[in-house]
Amino acid sequence: MLYWHLFLAFFIPNIVGYGGGPAIIPLVENEIVGHYGWMSSQQFAEVLAIGNALPSPIATKMAGYIGYHVAGGPGAVIAVLATVGPSLLLMLAALGVLYRYRNSIKVKSMSSWVRPVIMVLMGYLTWTFLDESLINSGWLPTLLIGAVAAVLLNATRIHPALVVCLGLASGALFLG
Amino acid sequence: MNLPLQGQLILAFTRIGLLGFGGGPSMIPLVHAEVVKRYEWMSEDDFSDVLAIGNTLPGPIATKMAGYIGYRVGGMAGCIGAVLAVTLPCIIAMIALLGLFMRYRDERWINGMSQGVIPVVMVMMARLTWDFWAKARSSLGAIATVVLAVVSAGLMYGLGVHPGLIIGALLIAALLRPEPKQSTRS
Repeated sequence: MLYWHLFLAFFIPNIVGYGGGPAIIPLVENEIVGHYGWMSSQQFAEVLAIGNALPSPIATKMAGYIGYHVAGGPGAVIAVLATVGPSLLLMLAALGVLYRYRNSIKVKSMSSWVRPVIMVLMGYLTWTFLDESLINSGWLPTLLIGAVAAVLLNATRIHPALVVCLGLASGALFLG
Repeated sequence: MNLPLQGQLILAFTRIGLLGFGGGPSMIPLVHAEVVKRYEWMSEDDFSDVLAIGNTLPGPIATKMAGYIGYRVGGMAGCIGAVLAVTLPCIIAMIALLGLFMRYRDERWINGMSQGVIPVVMVMMARLTWDFWAKARSSLGAIATVVLAVVSAGLMYGLGVHPGLIIGALLIAALLRPEPKQSTRS
């Protein structure tokens, strides 16, 4: 039953998650933290932080780690299969059909109509992290680290992995 | 089975996985460099068709491309090899790093680290939200985007409707929309 829930928790976000890996993040959070309660939003934020600091697609790293966290090795395999399998099978099976309709307005509308919903979910997740940080660290560290990170990520070409490391380091030095 | 070819596939997609910082979409140029430029498994046109079709399907783009290209080049074994090569090394690194992190989380400075990183993740999430707003506005217009956002927020957070149901309904609506006659058969 746990394995089946784990499969569903990754299958549903990936089958409705139009817009690539990042679009799946808030949908997975909704299942893992909101629906099944397998992790706190603090733990989920840590998974995202480490995930963003490592290379390769975020969706499969998230699935692999969370699956492992919930149900060990078999859990990791199930979560990754649920993430990768369905859309890959669709792609292999339906490539010819999709090729004919790739310029169709229907197919294009699919991803553009879904975007505002994903945007709302992402905005809500941003808010959750803000709330979490205000409760745990207070407003001054949140504001300082957040502002520095925003400047580094938006105005410089510093690698996001380094910004994550800076956040970790400032936390170790000042928030411990 | 053509073993050298399978080896090249695995090598190419391991490189892509290890160098692809910043999630799936940022890996597309790396896939292009290996598949079109280095090994010449596909032409430019084939590659852009696969990319366009990959984008019309849900799920992460990097693994769809790895799986499909692996299948075309090396059959089922190539498909499995390429997907594993692009995902597995970093999943293992992730489990090892976070496992270490969780084991020592009672140490005060480790706990501080996990607090210090949350504002950074928050900023990254805010940036993604902004990206989606910008893309939605340029394809749907600002008014339609705001209306869709407000209605879906009300359904999800006011009435507790599952986001999958809302997205599913929108996808069906998109498929049922009438198609303007001139742009279909080209």
